Amino acid sequence: MNDIFSTLQYYFSHPFVVYALIVGLLIALCSSLLGVSLVLKRFSFIGDGLSHVAFGAMAVAAVTGVTNRMIIILPLTVLSAVLILRTGRNTKIRGDASVAMISVGALAIGYMLMNIFPVSSNISADVCGSLFGSTSILTLKQSDVWLCLAMSVVVLVFFVLFYNRIFSVTFDESFSKATGINSDGYNLMIAIITAIIIVIAMNLVGSLLISALIIFPALSAMRVFKSFKSVTICSAVISVVCAGTGIILSILCSTPVGATIVTADLGAFLIFSIIGTVMSKKRVK
Amino acid sequence: MSEQIICSNAALGYEDGIVTEGLDFTVSSGDYLCILGENGSGKSTLIKALLGLKPQISGDIRFCGDFSAKDIGYLPQQTPVQRDFPASVEEIVLSGCLSKMGFLPFYRSAEKKIAAENMKQLGIEDIKKRCYRDLSGGQQQRVLLARALCAASKMLLLDEPVTGLDPIAQTELYEMIAKLNKKGITIIMVSHDISSAVKYASHILHISKKQLFFGTKADYVKSSVGRRFLESEVGGDE
Repeated sequence: MNDIFSTLQYYFSHPFVVYALIVGLLIALCSSLLGVSLVLKRFSFIGDGLSHVAFGAMAVAAVTGVTNRMIIILPLTVLSAVLILRTGRNTKIRGDASVAMISVGALAIGYMLMNIFPVSSNISADVCGSLFGSTSILTLKQSDVWLCLAMSVVVLVFFVLFYNRIFSVTFDESFSKATGINSDGYNLMIAIITAIIIVIAMNLVGSLLISALIIFPALSAMRVFKSFKSVTICSAVISVVCAGTGIILSILCSTPVGATIVTADLGAFLIFSIIGTVMSKKRVK
Repeated sequence: MSEQIICSNAALGYEDGIVTEGLDFTVSSGDYLCILGENGSGKSTLIKALLGLKPQISGDIRFCGDFSAKDIGYLPQQTPVQRDFPASVEEIVLSGCLSKMGFLPFYRSAEKKIAAENMKQLGIEDIKKRCYRDLSGGQQQRVLLARALCAASKMLLLDEPVTGLDPIAQTELYEMIAKLNKKGITIIMVSHDISSAVKYASHILHISKKQLFFGTKADYVKSSVGRRFLESEVGGDE
């Protein structure tokens, strides 16, 4: 036991580990809040699609060799979010198909670019790093932490101020429209913010596992809780706890950060599913 | 009886064509208007036009006096998203008040009071902490009715409200709507269910690609359109 504490103490004496923890918890918090709305609106796939786009965008950024990759990744991903939302409605290619198309397309282009214009000698490590999250969470600069902090504050303020309207739009778009709430505007906002979170979260868990951060906490909370408010709060708590546990475990057992966090989320989901089943059985009796 | 909506020779549709035209009808305060028509006859387009979400192509839809589209409480059809939505009854009813709040982010006590009154009126105050997805179909419709009343108290616009309910719940919902109508709330209901329309409504609007009939219920039953439609329903699947 003392061993564990001294190991942790050793690691947390380094600022980059502390940065990683702060960024990780913030991302987990933001993604879980949005996740509730996305899962309920049947938009879970957007997260998945956008994460692949972000991967493609990152390959483009790497090839162009700009110093601050965010300049390319962020606008491209936000643009795709808007596109996916628009095509989801009234075009010949249906919503789910268009997402699948955009996401595999971006994945293929990204991988191809990385192969044609290799930035380092070890391509497969590069690809693996961006898909499954690398140690890059431990190489965060202070500026990255500030960016993440600012984005998180924006997301949190948006979510708190518009909480009631987000609820209304999520629950019933036609009614919201009829009562004069600009539901298309809110959908757009949600998509854009999702894109921002995904780009930030790519450092933490990698682009393949981001959807897990968005959907698992919300799904777990929905197994047990019965009101929108309790689901939202519980999902935030689950997500933060799992991210914290995941990061610390990954330090102690030297496992990959992203995969450990997602496994923790999966564990939470199983536990909450069991609780939910037991509770509903009791109610029937 | 003051007029609330006057629709004169309106045509509705999208950029690529007219869905329904020749709409000529008047809704007065306290009316119970039932809009009948087959699928694709332009009922949902008419609803959008009444709610002010879709302008008419030609003709005129006019709100009279101080009545406006904001005074219409809307009960949309249920979507698959809602069936397993984790939300309490209270949260849903309160969300009807959002239109009254301007840019305020949170509910004030005034909104909570309106929500409480409407839950009482519809007999759902004792289930206000329950989860929406655990309710019966009839209870769910009452919750949505209460929400609509929070948004507007002069007129209710109901889109096929009894779809998917069992016969007992259907009758209960019709009685509840009739009770609200007696309190002076104007009702506009889009429906397939012609026998109930004839039983409860005061006026009937029957549309196909164009308006087939508008008038009181008594006239409708005698009209050739009404007779044909009534016979086909009774002789049909019921």
